Amino acid sequence: MQLDQLPLNRVATISAIDWAALPEHEGHRLRSLGFEPGVVIEALHKGILFWRDPLSVRVGRMTVALRRKVAAAIDCEIVP
Amino acid sequence: MTEMTPLVALVGNPNAGKSALFNALTGARQKIANYPGVTVERKSGRATFADGRSVEMIDLPGAYSLDPDSLDEAVTRDVVLGRFDGQRRPDGLVIVLDAGNLDNHLRFALELIEQGLPTVVALNMVDLAERDGLMLSAEKLSAELGVPVIETVAVRKRGLDPLMAAVETELKKPRKVAEPVAISFGMQNARARHIAKSVILSETTGRQWTRRLDSVLLHPVGGVFILLALLFLMFQAVYSWSEAPIGLIESGFALLTDGINANLPDGLLRSFLTDGVIAGVGSVIVFLPQILILFLFILLLEASGYMTRAAFVMDRIMAAVGLSGHSFIPLLSSFACAIPGIMATRSIMDQKERLATILIAPLMTCSARLPVYTVIIGAFIPARSVGPGVGLQGLVLFGLYIAGILGAMLAASVIQRFVTKSSSSSFLIEMPRYQLPRVRDIALGLWQRAWVFLRRAGTIIFAATIILWALLSFPKAPEGGETSQVEYSIAGRIADGLEPIVRPIGFNHDIALALIPAMAAREVAVSALGTVYAIDAKDEEQAAQSLGPQLAAKWSLATALAFLAWFVFAPQCISTIAVTRRETNGWKWPIFMVTYLFALAYVAAGITYWTARSFGL
Repeated sequence: MQLDQLPLNRVATISAIDWAALPEHEGHRLRSLGFEPGVVIEALHKGILFWRDPLSVRVGRMTVALRRKVAAAIDCEIVP
Repeated sequence: MTEMTPLVALVGNPNAGKSALFNALTGARQKIANYPGVTVERKSGRATFADGRSVEMIDLPGAYSLDPDSLDEAVTRDVVLGRFDGQRRPDGLVIVLDAGNLDNHLRFALELIEQGLPTVVALNMVDLAERDGLMLSAEKLSAELGVPVIETVAVRKRGLDPLMAAVETELKKPRKVAEPVAISFGMQNARARHIAKSVILSETTGRQWTRRLDSVLLHPVGGVFILLALLFLMFQAVYSWSEAPIGLIESGFALLTDGINANLPDGLLRSFLTDGVIAGVGSVIVFLPQILILFLFILLLEASGYMTRAAFVMDRIMAAVGLSGHSFIPLLSSFACAIPGIMATRSIMDQKERLATILIAPLMTCSARLPVYTVIIGAFIPARSVGPGVGLQGLVLFGLYIAGILGAMLAASVIQRFVTKSSSSSFLIEMPRYQLPRVRDIALGLWQRAWVFLRRAGTIIFAATIILWALLSFPKAPEGGETSQVEYSIAGRIADGLEPIVRPIGFNHDIALALIPAMAAREVAVSALGTVYAIDAKDEEQAAQSLGPQLAAKWSLATALAFLAWFVFAPQCISTIAVTRRETNGWKWPIFMVTYLFALAYVAAGITYWTARSFGL
């Protein structure tokens, strides 16, 4: 499931990141913020009004805001 | 040979509490300058070891790795590696780690420790981690990392002495030779996570204040209203809270003028002191309370962690004009002053978005416009209430801010579409945990801002005022002649040339005159008008009258409104132009900025004037 489809408040782990789909600087920043396969992730909030964009997600112990477009490049699996 | 004062750099991720630790270690004796050649702020100060020896500390910009993706991060890397020209390599490092965020912060720490400099880790914000139910072992962490780890709570000054003692010990040890290690990013990350896991003693679900607050402040609808309400409160406060201190400053200057008048004979010196110095500099100093209130809000928003939430809420709206939430923070800072705002654009990764943000930053209503707005609004807009707690004057001021914002959005979409030709913006940012701002850190920030403002008032504005006074006072108009002193003076003659250009937008001769020195800084327009009308006064009584009533008597409402519209857009600030040149490496963009802003100002003032005239104002 892609991160932008992940229901709020469900703990998941990142299974894969499609680095090729991301512009270079975004991929680099994503990596330095700690996004990588195996990391625990949880969608916390969606943006304002009808856009519901960007997303705020928990990565490890950190909260990061990112846009849906970037989130769509991140595959994750819900932890049962 | 005397021993050199050791240099220790504080380095760590953004939001690790680095600046609070730096403030706690060095106190108020800080020097703020720029690194040579770049406009990255260099904060340095002195701390002392237990034996009284002093050590120089520098606070490096926050970074996520030594592989930079912003100018700030590049400075941090170059200083740590000793590659920065004009900045000696630190003798030791203090790595500041957020105890509640080890999984993400340890990787950078490992990268730094590899550099082989004497290093101490400050495990900071342990109180916040405990609040969230996280217990850590500093001993285990120290064993894993191979460097001393000291628990600190910078904001409560906990752990500072042990930290400095550890730094002293490490500096004395013989230096290890750094071997270049080629470990991949992924392996470093895995090791960091492994260490983070092993040092956690216990973990319970804490109260999670941040998450709860976020569900209110990031609410899809409520969050927007909270942000708007906050901004509105901020601008109302600028008005209402500042009344008393402004009155105090005004009566102080009035006393000073009376004292000079009583003790000096009428003549050039007296005119210079009262009409030049006090009327000019005084009318700017009066705005210090308002500027401080504005900065107080911005500092509080930053220190509490709300600023990135505001960016989150605004991101989609900013995206509509081709920008992102990243631009929101520099633009919000530009409400205080465009210079720190433009410098804050360095955190924007996308270079096209960064350029667009720089170009529209001067449209945000900076504090230097406040003096201009306040004087005109005070003189022409009645102090009526239009609802509970909402004054008409505050509402007009709010409207001017909105006009600037709308102008900026329009400019941004045109610039991103036709000038930078950017395809899309991006938004990717860490959201720090909420914290109660510490009075000390806020007070220090306010003091630094106040000092910068007063220094400006004491130098640029003082000089501009004196030059203007001289231009206005010479040559002396003949006694009993037809023309007034202002018309007869050198400045009056320069303004004569400018007047035909600004006449179509409703500006009179006095305004043309005030616009010339206001190129140095916008607020000088007020002191210039103050000086003009003080010199032109027929008698003592008229001169003593404050600026507002004089303007109300001499200008039409349409002219006043056109003057306000002009200042919403006009790029009248040499410092902003200079900073833009430095940040964009050349004259191309500042020239572009100045041209489009003057064109906008002229058109806006013209439309305002003729619209107001057609309504019979």
